[in-house]
Amino acid sequence: MTMVANSVLSPSTGRRPVSWGTPLTYAIALAVAAVSIAPVIYVVVGGFRTTPQIVADPAGLPDPLVWDNYARVLTQSNFWQQAFNSAIIALGTTLAVVVLGMAAAFVLARYTFRGREGLYTFFTLGLLFPAGAAILPLYLMLRDLNLINSYYAVILPQVAFSLPLTIVILRPFLSAIPKELEDAAAIDGASRLGFLWRIAMPLSRPALVTVGVLAFVASWNSFLLPLLVLSDVNLHTLPLGVQNFSSQYTTDTAGVLAFTSLAMLPALLFFTLAEKQIVGGLQGAVKG
Amino acid sequence: MTSANQIRMPAGGASASPAGSQTAERASARRAETRRKWYEIVGLTTPAVAIYVMFVLVPMGFAVYYSLFRWRGVGPPTEFVGLRNYTLAFQDPIFLDALRNNAIIVFGSLLIQGPIALGIALLLNRRFRGRAVFRLLVFVPYVLAEVTVGIMWKLLLTGDGTVDALLRSLGLGGLVQPWLADLDVVIWTLLAVLTWKYVGFAIILLLAGLSNVPDELTEAAAIDGASWWQIQRHITIPLLGPTIRIWMFLSVIGSLQVFDMIWVTSVPAVRSLGASATMATYMVDNGFFARLWGYGNAVAVILFVISFVAALLFQRFLLRRDIEGAITGRAK
Repeated sequence: MTMVANSVLSPSTGRRPVSWGTPLTYAIALAVAAVSIAPVIYVVVGGFRTTPQIVADPAGLPDPLVWDNYARVLTQSNFWQQAFNSAIIALGTTLAVVVLGMAAAFVLARYTFRGREGLYTFFTLGLLFPAGAAILPLYLMLRDLNLINSYYAVILPQVAFSLPLTIVILRPFLSAIPKELEDAAAIDGASRLGFLWRIAMPLSRPALVTVGVLAFVASWNSFLLPLLVLSDVNLHTLPLGVQNFSSQYTTDTAGVLAFTSLAMLPALLFFTLAEKQIVGGLQGAVKG
Repeated sequence: MTSANQIRMPAGGASASPAGSQTAERASARRAETRRKWYEIVGLTTPAVAIYVMFVLVPMGFAVYYSLFRWRGVGPPTEFVGLRNYTLAFQDPIFLDALRNNAIIVFGSLLIQGPIALGIALLLNRRFRGRAVFRLLVFVPYVLAEVTVGIMWKLLLTGDGTVDALLRSLGLGGLVQPWLADLDVVIWTLLAVLTWKYVGFAIILLLAGLSNVPDELTEAAAIDGASWWQIQRHITIPLLGPTIRIWMFLSVIGSLQVFDMIWVTSVPAVRSLGASATMATYMVDNGFFARLWGYGNAVAVILFVISFVAALLFQRFLLRRDIEGAITGRAK
């Protein structure tokens, strides 16, 4: 599926033969990559050391290797509960963004009606709004709606914040589906909704995956909104957990390193799996 | 567009001259069809519109309303103070520091990340073995949560930590300083960390843009004897214009709202002295934690207005064509 996505989004793939490049290219690539991941590796490796080891020699290697920090985080902290909360919130957000965004983008792409461009502009305005600026009144509103300390308090606003970008990415994708396909579907007796479900949805899967991934990662990483609306510790998400753990165990450097690494892990894994899709999506998005 | 005309025009003609019953039947079928179309339009867009209005637009409206009151968040706001909260904000040196810090982050990000990313992207704009792995690695900091990155760098930077040890071992011990505690240094430290986190995004975006520059152009220029730099200067960079402008736009909007990183890295004491405060941290500190809701909402409105004006200026002078063509992928 990702293969299809990629060949659609970057038709240049395979045009040029892959060459070995110059030593300079490699030197730069290596240096940039090293700077990017060295701190991350340090944190992961540091989790296998003890705090006294780290204090004595901050840049050393684990000697001996200690599993205790990771084991401690996984068994004694709220890590699993927080990972579970993050997963529920991120999956809920993603699902709602994809469904609502697809429905709205489909109308904006395939229906002709008075006020269509106005509605589209109305959504794109959201791209110019800094979500952070609305956070205080949003908190007050969620409080009045009795939603504070519930998953909805995070999911609903996140869906709202993600919709503009989702629609901006999906609409051109849906517009690009040839009219002939729609006509053919109509002749075969499919309604417009049938066309949406049976043809437009499968065809725009690469774009749907891209917006889904973007919504998921944004939700998984979000901090300010959960910080304000989830005061109940049992509902805390991983970013809140990382922050709590590090301020609670300031002297336990090794423990904080282990917790931080474990919190990074899901995002890194998820991203590695979806990388082609994200880069492909960006490539599609910045394509002239 | 054409389909609408085809549907609408005959329908109008039919109702104007009620000829045979067949025409009338067809007209009513068409009317039913139009009605169904509107049901679909309304049904499919309403959920998105409702949630967007409710959780993005309505809160912004409330922010404006609450900002006109002195209000502790209990009961309805009653003590109307007009624009007093706004004048108070601009008289508070901490808020002015926050504005300055936001300006440092906005311009610092543009001036540091832009050239670095452009240079690296131009030099790496060739297919080489391992490019996919490279892309994966430079994207890592961008994908991690700002909170995680913040805590990570806090551990690396505080109290004679790893960065200091590294500097000493390189014979640069003279540079060692309280990176996150020195009031004059902390904002630059944070700018460096933000650069580390976001430069990969700029590189990937520019590499994506570069993959759209046709090889034929650069090859033709090379045959004509243009040097590598001349090709970049006169062909590649101009063609990258839309990508660069979109990156600038995203960077400015992001820099204006930066919160997570500052919140978790800098000690509240340092922040509350204004050394590392940004508009967003100032807003949350005052509005949420100090329960000065009216005041906090005034800061929210200021943050909103500044971002919106920046966005509109971009839109007006730089992005107008790009938004149409590039961000939405709608080819001209």
